[in-house]
Amino acid sequence: MKRSRIGTGVVALAAAGALALSGCSSSGGGTDAGGGDSSAIITTNGSEPQNPLIATNTNEVGGGKILDLIFAGLVYYDADGAPHNDIAESIESDDAITYTIKIRDDATFTDGTPVKAENFVKAWNYGANAANAQLNSYFFEDIEGFSYEEDVEELSGLTVVDDTTFTVKLNKAASDFPLRLGYSAFYPLPDSAFEDMDAQGENPVVNGPYKLAGEGAWQHDEQIELVVNEDYNGPRVPQNGGVTIKFYATQDASYADLLANNVDVVDQIPETQLANFESDLGDRAVNQAAAIFQSFTIPERLEHWSGEEGDLRRKALSMSINREQIVDKIFDGTRTVASDFTSPVIDGWTDSLAGAEVLEFNEEEAKKLWAEADAISPWSGTLEISYNSDGGHQAWVDAVANSASSVLGIDVAGKPYAKFDVLREEVTNRTIQTGFRTGWQADYPGLFNFLGPLYATNASSNDGDYSNPEFDALLQEGSVDTDLESANAKYQQAQEILLEDLPAFPLWYQNVTGGYSENVDNVEFGWNSVPIYYEITKG
Amino acid sequence: MLRYILFRLLQVIPVLLGTTFLIYFMVFAMPGDPILAMFGDKTPDPTVVERLRAEYHLDQPFIVQYLLYLKGVLVGDFGVSFTGQPVSEILARTFPVTIKLAAMAIVFELILAIGIGLISGLRKGKFFDNINLIIALLFMSIPIFVIAFIAQWGLGIKLGWFNPTVGSGAPIQDLLLPAIVLGVSLYATSMRLTRASVIDTLNQDFVRTAYAKGLRRGRVVPVHVLRNSLIPTITNTATDFGILMVGATVTEGIFNVPGVGNALFQAIIKGDNSLVVSFVTFMVLIYLGVNLIVDLLYAVLDPRIRYA
Repeated sequence: MKRSRIGTGVVALAAAGALALSGCSSSGGGTDAGGGDSSAIITTNGSEPQNPLIATNTNEVGGGKILDLIFAGLVYYDADGAPHNDIAESIESDDAITYTIKIRDDATFTDGTPVKAENFVKAWNYGANAANAQLNSYFFEDIEGFSYEEDVEELSGLTVVDDTTFTVKLNKAASDFPLRLGYSAFYPLPDSAFEDMDAQGENPVVNGPYKLAGEGAWQHDEQIELVVNEDYNGPRVPQNGGVTIKFYATQDASYADLLANNVDVVDQIPETQLANFESDLGDRAVNQAAAIFQSFTIPERLEHWSGEEGDLRRKALSMSINREQIVDKIFDGTRTVASDFTSPVIDGWTDSLAGAEVLEFNEEEAKKLWAEADAISPWSGTLEISYNSDGGHQAWVDAVANSASSVLGIDVAGKPYAKFDVLREEVTNRTIQTGFRTGWQADYPGLFNFLGPLYATNASSNDGDYSNPEFDALLQEGSVDTDLESANAKYQQAQEILLEDLPAFPLWYQNVTGGYSENVDNVEFGWNSVPIYYEITKG
Repeated sequence: MLRYILFRLLQVIPVLLGTTFLIYFMVFAMPGDPILAMFGDKTPDPTVVERLRAEYHLDQPFIVQYLLYLKGVLVGDFGVSFTGQPVSEILARTFPVTIKLAAMAIVFELILAIGIGLISGLRKGKFFDNINLIIALLFMSIPIFVIAFIAQWGLGIKLGWFNPTVGSGAPIQDLLLPAIVLGVSLYATSMRLTRASVIDTLNQDFVRTAYAKGLRRGRVVPVHVLRNSLIPTITNTATDFGILMVGATVTEGIFNVPGVGNALFQAIIKGDNSLVVSFVTFMVLIYLGVNLIVDLLYAVLDPRIRYA
């Protein structure tokens, strides 16, 4: 998950930004007979990676985009988010606790060494070891032996059976574990990395469809040049000669380059251009829902927001927000109104959950419920929603406040924080005394990822300290269920409880907005809002 | 003269100490936790956060952090940015680009300021002069980002004469457009100074004498008038150079110039203390250096101005 930075704004502004969409209808003149020059280099936008190119320490879009091109993991995701084997041959489990993973014996790193089971196990041990303080370490927390406090050199849950087989034992059931394995935190590392991690981070030895064009191909703050890795024999076959990712300081600059056909694919349209990018680019514009859920949260510890009174107020507030109108007016249609707590690009998503009507604008019902709550304990004061003003949130927060205030007849106001980290500090310390904006970008395309970390009792990102045993129980049932469909049914039921309790107020799913130049075809955006670069053809 | 230069150089030390301390203090006093910012909307594990804080000395009191920083600087170690790169490398990469851009902008500014200012001064009150003053007023009042966007859109995207953004390695031809934008946005003040100075000089006795001696206009204007009119222009341009080093952030952002402005902006956003302090220190150094050079140039331009 760490790729997300929904709030950080400015730089990667909403880097999150991307798109996704399962409908994936983006490729314009796509299929003209496999055309394209197989040596042509695609250029695209990106941002300077915030860390060396070590997968377990990269949790933002800029670096993640590069890692996904130069590494091959056990599985990869197609445009719809469905996992397919890459290095893995099979991933099996009877109980959702012990997994046996077999890998291909013909994969190699660019230094000629084979990709063995041990390369995965050592990379994961490295990422999980608290001594290494890796930003993605929490990805390994479900593996037996993991500890946040103690330095664990080797996870007891990881066992190398032979060169092409290893087993993973989890400390609790997770039926969606195989689904997670396409995330970059689970990529393997070559033996040489453990001798010199700094060198690996700067000029990585890789095993993916692309590799760095040479020593120093990463020109800091400017661009990174990737070329096809001839040794890669997996399923993601590049249809072009390479990808050059140019680092842009602002989205406006990349958009200017796109209009001048100076860059081929851009996956973030600046806010200032949202109103006109579709007319500028015609059928080369992309605007699809993404795996990014946006909401705001009011903790139960705040006065008036718990118990029966809180339930009534939550429903009333939710129904007093005219989401359709805000998406239209503020976002020029580049958001999709939420009908649940996940995202439409995730398998198992549905817009017909019982209780979803609390997400619809309903003035009368909202007033009625609010009055009922007032009968229990009269409302006093101002309802504030905190947001970081460096991330383009002011407009919608003000709109939400206006909408709620005019329906409920109370004072509702946005409360700006100059910087994202200032807001997060108060949220993390639980010192914040207002509602606040929240958001989630999925790490992997699974319903559980939108629910477990956010609303399970004591979960890591449960910013509102929500707790409901029924909800926890349904999540647990889903986790042990190795049948994906029935697991998803449990997660849907769990969401119906959330719709009752509204620990967070679902607002909309962010869309990915992007576009491509006149020089390329076959442009499709993946579930995680990143273009599927290896399929793009040019010339 | 030598003593003067030495004295000026010694002045730099207290200025630098004061600047770094103030900047460090201000960066330190800024609210927020840069380590938390690394994690986006996700709540990080406290142990990881603690270890990272210790790694960057963020768990130490302000004065300790500052002294550690100073100690590093004394041995030539400017620290490591949050992105894991040595600050000295970032400085070495971004400053040359910005200096190149600033130098090009100054050349454009000088060409415009001296050329137009001279003609305008010689034709005081005529049509060219009036039109020129109106245009200058216009450029003085339009914010630079407007000029930049219009130039990028018109000359870059619509006409295709320039790349709309600066490509890898910041080649000269890519820097032309932002340099022109910067030059145009700055020339007006220098131009008016040149014009006023030229008018003033034209009325001086020595100019009349030169003409009386029978010298031609082609010799009087460049040698006697222009040379004696340049001091205010040079002073102003030097100040502009300082402004360009520090304040080209907006232009660098619009044209994606991999220079100081961009890097500093990102560093502030991320609360990357050692990066911010080092950048500002370098800017102060350059500013002081430019001013020193200007003071020395005076003496070259006007022998009457000589320091003991």
